[in-house]
Amino acid sequence: MKPSTKFALGAAVILGSVTLLIVEGVKQTGTYFLTPTQLVERTQQDPSFHDVGLKVAAKVVKGSIHRDDAASRVDFRISDGTHEFPVTYVGIVPDTFTDENDIDVVVEGKFDRNNVFQATDVIAKCGSRYEAAWDEQAPTST
Amino acid sequence: MTLLGQFALWAGFILGLWSAGLAFLTRWQERPDVALTIRRGSYAVLVAMLVAAAALWKGIFSHDFNIEYVASYTSRNLPEYYLISAFWAGQKGSLLFWAVVLAIFGALAQWLTPPRFRDLLPYVAGITNLVAAFFISVMLFGEGGNPFERLAFTPPDGRGLNPQLQNPGMIAHPPMLYLGYISLTIPFAFAIAALLARKLDAGWIIAMRKWAIVSWIFLSVGITIGMWWAYLELGWGGVWAWDPVENASFHPWLTLTAFLHSVMIQEKRGMLKRWNMSLIIGTFLLSIFGTFITRSGVIASVHSFTQSSVGYFFLAFLLVTAILSFTLLYTRWESLTPDATLEAVASREAAFLFNNLALVGIAFSVLWGTLFPIISEAVRGVKLTVGPPFFERVNIPLGLFLLFLTGVGPLIAWRKASARNLQRQFIVPGATFALTLMAAAAFGLRGYTLMTIALAGFVLATIAQEFGRGIRARMSMHGENAVLALGRLMARNRRRYGGYIVHVGVVCYFVAAVGQGFKIKESHEMVPGESVTLASPFGHEVTFTFLGVSQYAQLNRQVSAATLEVSRGGTPLGTTVSEKRQHVDSFGQRTFEPSTEVGLISNLQEDLYVVYAGTPDGTERSRFEISIIPLVNWFWIGGVILLAGGLLAMWPGGPQIRTKRAVLDDAQAGYGVPLTGAEVGA
Repeated sequence: MKPSTKFALGAAVILGSVTLLIVEGVKQTGTYFLTPTQLVERTQQDPSFHDVGLKVAAKVVKGSIHRDDAASRVDFRISDGTHEFPVTYVGIVPDTFTDENDIDVVVEGKFDRNNVFQATDVIAKCGSRYEAAWDEQAPTST
Repeated sequence: MTLLGQFALWAGFILGLWSAGLAFLTRWQERPDVALTIRRGSYAVLVAMLVAAAALWKGIFSHDFNIEYVASYTSRNLPEYYLISAFWAGQKGSLLFWAVVLAIFGALAQWLTPPRFRDLLPYVAGITNLVAAFFISVMLFGEGGNPFERLAFTPPDGRGLNPQLQNPGMIAHPPMLYLGYISLTIPFAFAIAALLARKLDAGWIIAMRKWAIVSWIFLSVGITIGMWWAYLELGWGGVWAWDPVENASFHPWLTLTAFLHSVMIQEKRGMLKRWNMSLIIGTFLLSIFGTFITRSGVIASVHSFTQSSVGYFFLAFLLVTAILSFTLLYTRWESLTPDATLEAVASREAAFLFNNLALVGIAFSVLWGTLFPIISEAVRGVKLTVGPPFFERVNIPLGLFLLFLTGVGPLIAWRKASARNLQRQFIVPGATFALTLMAAAAFGLRGYTLMTIALAGFVLATIAQEFGRGIRARMSMHGENAVLALGRLMARNRRRYGGYIVHVGVVCYFVAAVGQGFKIKESHEMVPGESVTLASPFGHEVTFTFLGVSQYAQLNRQVSAATLEVSRGGTPLGTTVSEKRQHVDSFGQRTFEPSTEVGLISNLQEDLYVVYAGTPDGTERSRFEISIIPLVNWFWIGGVILLAGGLLAMWPGGPQIRTKRAVLDDAQAGYGVPLTGAEVGA
């Protein structure tokens, strides 16, 4: 066998492994990333979707946050304007997770059969408070 | 001052375009005066950019809050040294920083490159100035791009700098990374210049290889400081989260690493000319792509700037540059035929090629994972994401293959390794591999972890053997003592031994990464006086005793500090403090969200990492997240070693380019088989 053929074989093995690793990796670890509307529609079509771990990006409904510090549990509702549902999370959420601001949130977990999202992770992104455009009212007055 | 800054931006923009226009549209090869004018364009753009930078500094340091940028990122009570980092803390300032640094590098490339590359230099000036003009155009025409924009009124104080950026690491991290990205423009410019001028021997590689090493050093150090910052400031006890923005800095690092290896084959054997061109063009495009990701908000990330139209400038620039560069490469394809062919799979050429494939394979998989939400939405209509498990599954095996090649590459002979060569080179490292494997297995390691440690032993043994042989050869040939022989050995072959030192640093990163798999993280609630005990993966026990929380005001913030006393197996290790900080403006109003300072006790074996998560009002019961993170210091030690090796490899001076014969001798030094096909632009 010519050296270049041998090398081509070696290269094919490497590139094949890379492809295989990527395809398998996506299959095993890919997570759906949905809006509340997409999630509600999909679970209505296919109830087995209730058992799939996934992520949802939405806004927290103002005034819906209930903290139970003793059990370090938080309940709130999320919405994308069309669909809204409750979320339950046990764990520590950041101090910024309050009703003061518009909070964009990504929740990870499962949408159970009672249509409550059981979150295993909550990532909050604070709204536009500090990135707001400058206007006459914005700065603190003396 | 904003008027002056604005004027300087326009001046830089027009000068850049003019210089580029002359470079690409005139026949300057026949007009030395025009060629000189083009090259001087780089200095002119530099002057304009320095004036613009001075104007912004003036605004920042004189607290001119009428300038929107100054009001958005600084405040009167911001410590002075953070005023410096405010220059690049926001989108607009970082664009200006980019243009300034590019102008500096462009001018340095003109100034430092020897005159024998005069056929390339005007093109190089044209390209760097065109790229600079692009960055300036983003400031001038992009929405939210101009750092000199004024407000309709003057706020009494600015908003201040995000507290997560108020960290010494953050003064250094972004500029380091930017310097890495920006300096990539110079190797890219030399590659394109060589294509345009049809000077396709190894000359362009010699002209830019130090620049490539410089870019690589900046990128490596920038990434490592970023890891350090994330570790200390984000409070999760990790160094790398496979976030899109982190990945964006990793892509060009990977392809540039591949390039630094494959150019050696072109220099010594005249092979891989097309591959090298493609790699450096790809690396430059990936650095622009990284900028696009960071600034467009296309992919959600914790590190990104605010979403803005500026991203689309970068997307357009990326597409146009890609089309033009690869079209140009295609038209020169026939002139880039290799001078030699691969003679055996057991050869250094093949080892380097496999190394290149693995690096590019990793880069591709990381890119694929980063873009997967977009790809899956386009193809299947539903967004899928992949996280750290994906990147780990794919990259750990590829990384281990690379680590193996790190050991093989420097030892295996060029052209064709004989059985004798393999035997002579690999007996000691092979034995070391076997011994490390058994020792680590006895220690209880299994799987990937075990393999990493064994390969680390293998690679270190190959490097030690190379140093040992070089030193012994000098001692017997020149009668030098061991220390002198080591010094001269490294000084005379800087790139080679610098490279070996870099490999030692890389081994440290791998070892540190192994430690991350054994991290222990627990949440605890304690009242003052209470203590918890964690079992370290190394077998001993560590006890944390909560002493209490104190509250005080400091600089621009209110601090709640929780103190814990730490002891290991009964021996006290001292106390550590974790803080919660609420930043305030000069009127005492709260700004930003509360931030956390980690309490840390650190040694070479493990880090004890304490995060104070707060005390519910009216109670003394405080919450903590406590971690024991093994071997994390080896990332930072590896970083320092890598930096030292990189500096040695790029250090200027030393053997100057002499006759073609001498250069060939130099290339041949230390290798048994004759290297044919080497071509060196002299």
